[in-house]
Amino acid sequence: MRRHLLEAADLDLGDATLVLDTAAQIDAALAGREVKKLPTLRGRTVVNLFYEDSTRTRISFELAAKRLSADVINFSAKGSSVSKGESLKDTAQTLEAMGSDAIVIRHGASGAPHRLAQWVRGSVVNAGDGTHEHPTQALLDAYTIRRRLGRLDGVRVVLVGDVLHSRVARSNVGLLHTLGADVTVVAPPTLLPVGVGSWPVTVSYDLDTVLPKADVVMMLRVQGERMNASFFPSAREYSRRYGLDARRMALLPDDTIVMHPGPMNRGMEIAAEVADSVRSTIVEQVGNGVSVRMAVLYLLLGGAPEGSS
Amino acid sequence: MAEPALGAPTPGALMSADDVARVVDRVAHQLIERAAAGRAGTSQGAAPDGGLTDLVLVGVPTRGAPLARRLAGRIEAFTGTAVDVGTVDITLYRDDLRLRGVRALEDTRLPAAGIDGRLVVLVDDVLFSGRSVRAALDALRDLGRPRAVQLAVLVDRGHRELPIRADYVGKNVPTSRTQQVKVKLAEIDGVDEVVVADPAGAEATR
Repeated sequence: MRRHLLEAADLDLGDATLVLDTAAQIDAALAGREVKKLPTLRGRTVVNLFYEDSTRTRISFELAAKRLSADVINFSAKGSSVSKGESLKDTAQTLEAMGSDAIVIRHGASGAPHRLAQWVRGSVVNAGDGTHEHPTQALLDAYTIRRRLGRLDGVRVVLVGDVLHSRVARSNVGLLHTLGADVTVVAPPTLLPVGVGSWPVTVSYDLDTVLPKADVVMMLRVQGERMNASFFPSAREYSRRYGLDARRMALLPDDTIVMHPGPMNRGMEIAAEVADSVRSTIVEQVGNGVSVRMAVLYLLLGGAPEGSS
Repeated sequence: MAEPALGAPTPGALMSADDVARVVDRVAHQLIERAAAGRAGTSQGAAPDGGLTDLVLVGVPTRGAPLARRLAGRIEAFTGTAVDVGTVDITLYRDDLRLRGVRALEDTRLPAAGIDGRLVVLVDDVLFSGRSVRAALDALRDLGRPRAVQLAVLVDRGHRELPIRADYVGKNVPTSRTQQVKVKLAEIDGVDEVVVADPAGAEATR
C-alpha cells in the first residue's frame, strides 16, 4: 500500500483485494462480539478534516478509527479558524504540529487532498474532494457487491445518473475496472463528463435496455448543490427517464442488487419502494463502510510510522 | 538472562512426521486427563463426558489452527467425544506491528457456544518470546471470559521475554536466539516436520 489513499488509481488489484479481504476478516472477527474494539492503533491520532457537510462518511471514519483505538479529532470548517480565512496549508500544518498521524479530508475543491499530501508527513485519506474522487466509498461498494454476489470479476455494474458531478462514480469506475467488473454508465448527455469516452466503460442513454443485463444497479444522487446550470428540463422528466421505480425494478434479473451511496433523493433518482426493497443494499453499504474504513486505516497506519513504501 | 547456547542443536530436521504425530497423540491424551481431573473437584463431580464439552481448543494462526484441529480429531478418536475448535487471529493485537509493518489478517472463528465460562486451551506451533501468546490472551479478553486459559505448543524453544509458560509442550528444544525453528504442517506446507536452521548465510559470530 502507498502512504496515502487519494484516488482509486492508488490501488492496484493486489492492494484493493487486500483491503477487501482485511475488511472481511475484521467483520468476521468483530461479529457478535461484546467488545467491538481492537487495540491496533492505540496512541495514533486521526483527524477528520471536513470542509463539506457529511453525515455518514464522517461518522463512519470516526467510528472506524475509534474501533481501532485511535484518538479522533473532528474538525469541521464551520466554527473554526477557517471562517477567519485560514488557508488549508496552515490548517494542516497546525494539525500536524499537534501530532496527527493521519488526516481524513473532505473538501469542496477537487484535488485538495493531493495538495495536502504534499504538505504533511502523515497519511492522507481522501473522503471526497469536489467532483473528483471518493475512494473509500468505491471500496465499500465493491465490498458490498462481493459480499452479496460472491465475486467482482466479470460482474456487470450499471451506474445511473449524475455522473458529471459524482466523485462516487469516478472512484467506482476506476476501482471496479481494476477489480475486473464490467461497467456501464447511463445518464442524460448533459450529465456525462467531456472525457467519458476515455473511461473504461460502456456509455448508454437508455436505462430500460441495460437493466435486464445488470448484476448491480448503482443509482447516483442528483447533486443539486453542484448544479449551476439547467442540465435537464425538470425533476419529473429526469425521474421518468433515469429514475429507478417499481416498473423498472421489475425488468431486473432476480438476484440483481440496487445500490445508492446516499443521501437519497427519494422519488427523484430512486423510488421509495425500490430503496426499501429486498434488492436494496443501501443500509448494508453504510455498515460495510465502517469495516472497509477500518481496513484502510489499519493498512495505512498500522505499520511503521514513516511510510516505507 | 540469555540462556547459554551450549545446547543449541545442529541445524537440520528436529522432528519427523512420525514424531509430530506421536507428540500430537501424547498432548491429546494429556488434555483428556487434565479435563477429567479439572472436573473432579467441581460440584458436577465426574461428568460423563470427562469434562471435554467444557474444553475449547483455540488455534493461533497460521499453524496453530490446523494443530488445534488435529488435537480435537485425536481426542475424538480416543474418547468418542467431539471437542469445540476455534481460531483467533492476533495480528491486530501484536505489539510489533510498528516494527514489522502491517500484514494480512487471518481467520477468527469461535465455536457457536462461545468461550464464556469454559476451559480455553490456546494452541500454537512454536513458543519463543511469548509475545504471540500475550497478544492471544489480549484477544481472548475481548472475545469473552473463559473459566481458565491454558497453552499447548508443539515446540518450546526458550528465550522468553514475558512471564509466560506452556501447560502442554510437545518438545523442549534449547536453541540459540539467532537460530530459526520452522514448523511445517501438511495442511499448509504439504509435509509434517520441524526444522532448525541457522540464520541465513551467517556464521556464529558471537
